[in-house]
Amino acid sequence: MIETKALTKTIGEKMILRGVNLKVNKGEAVAVLGTNGAGKSTWLKIVAGLLKPSSGEIFLKGQPRKKDDFEQQKVLGYLGHQSFLYDAFSPVENLKFFARLYHISSPDTRINKLIEDVGLAYFKHEPVRSFSRGMIQRLAIARAILHKPEILLLDEPHTGLDQQAVSLFNRLLLDLKAEGVTIIMVTHDFQQISTVCDRAVVLRKGRIAEDELIRGRPVSWIHSLYEGEAATL
Amino acid sequence: MKHLLAPALAIARKDLYAEWKTKQTITTMLIFSGLVIVTFSFAFDPSNQAVSALVPGMIWVITIFAGILGLNRSFTTEKQHDHLHGMMVAPVDPSGIYIGKFLANLVFVLLVQVVSIPLLFLLFDFQVPAYSSILYFLLIIFLGTFGFIAVGTLLAALASHAKSSEMLLPILLFPLVTPVIIAAVQATRLVLTEQEGAAAALSWMQLMGAYDVIFFAAGFLLFEYVLEV
Repeated sequence: MIETKALTKTIGEKMILRGVNLKVNKGEAVAVLGTNGAGKSTWLKIVAGLLKPSSGEIFLKGQPRKKDDFEQQKVLGYLGHQSFLYDAFSPVENLKFFARLYHISSPDTRINKLIEDVGLAYFKHEPVRSFSRGMIQRLAIARAILHKPEILLLDEPHTGLDQQAVSLFNRLLLDLKAEGVTIIMVTHDFQQISTVCDRAVVLRKGRIAEDELIRGRPVSWIHSLYEGEAATL
Repeated sequence: MKHLLAPALAIARKDLYAEWKTKQTITTMLIFSGLVIVTFSFAFDPSNQAVSALVPGMIWVITIFAGILGLNRSFTTEKQHDHLHGMMVAPVDPSGIYIGKFLANLVFVLLVQVVSIPLLFLLFDFQVPAYSSILYFLLIIFLGTFGFIAVGTLLAALASHAKSSEMLLPILLFPLVTPVIIAAVQATRLVLTEQEGAAAALSWMQLMGAYDVIFFAAGFLLFEYVLEV
């Protein structure tokens, strides 16, 4: 579904990615782990089309990633550190704007369902500027999946969510996974990884250091993998 | 075209609707233009015929400085929550973002002109020499504003990457818009102050037309690279 071959990224004199080879299959849920500065978010941004790689190749559904291939762009849903939402607009107005960008015809039913799913139905006509961090994150999640993407790229999606919102979001992700959506999640939250993901990839200093299937293993094992101590199968 | 014009209209509509809700940019622009007009109307005696010669220049002073206020906000507000990234991850041609922002900025400046130019004429008791020149005058205003906003939108996007973008934009903008501003002021002066000015203004209008085409095309083609900075 997604493959990066010998992907490198240099910013200034610093080499952020040093030849990342990673293949993610359709329907997989993969967690990308690593310490701060390991290159996780950079890799995700390159796949999303927000950054250009210095060298290397990206394949999406077997085809080389092209900047002007908008059909490729349409299969991706991206949730970054920022919400991309407009403070002056209500959830409905924000999602209507993104629906226009994604050429979704008659989006009202979809928008209302998503707002309901993320638990913001009561606030759907309130301006986003009055929302808490968690509410904004819920709406940002709705924005990312508005166009029913085949691949979901999530950069620390659980940040700012309360326990109720975390379980609601995980349920949403598991439903999407059951529908065959490929999920790639950059995160530091090991508990959520064990709930949602099938596979964990650890980046260290811009290289893939570990790539293991989780297979119902405990959170402590993921922690060991992160630290580089896990016994591989 | 599906990934160019439809998103461009969506972005322009979004900017206009956001402005309708907040009224932040247009209010600032209108207050600035009002202050310029009132200050000048007290500084110079409107009954003095020689003062009429100032009117064409004042129209473009208002356009440039009120326009810069709008242009500065145009992209700095988009940086707040990485909104530009939100557009870039969507199936949108980067040139579509440029067209959308250009259209919204053009509407803001034209709206300011619709309010401020009649007020200027009223306070300076300015009489247009011939009714036929009004059409030429409107065309000159449109051509000049079009060129100014075409360059301004591109440079505002570029300047928004810098920390002091509000200082950087005028520095980048003035050298580039000088030709179109000179042409606009000269053409406006000829049309508003001379009986047969329209014919004489034609060459300036042609210059503005050429400038508009070149710089709109440059903005359209280069915007993608500006986003990558």
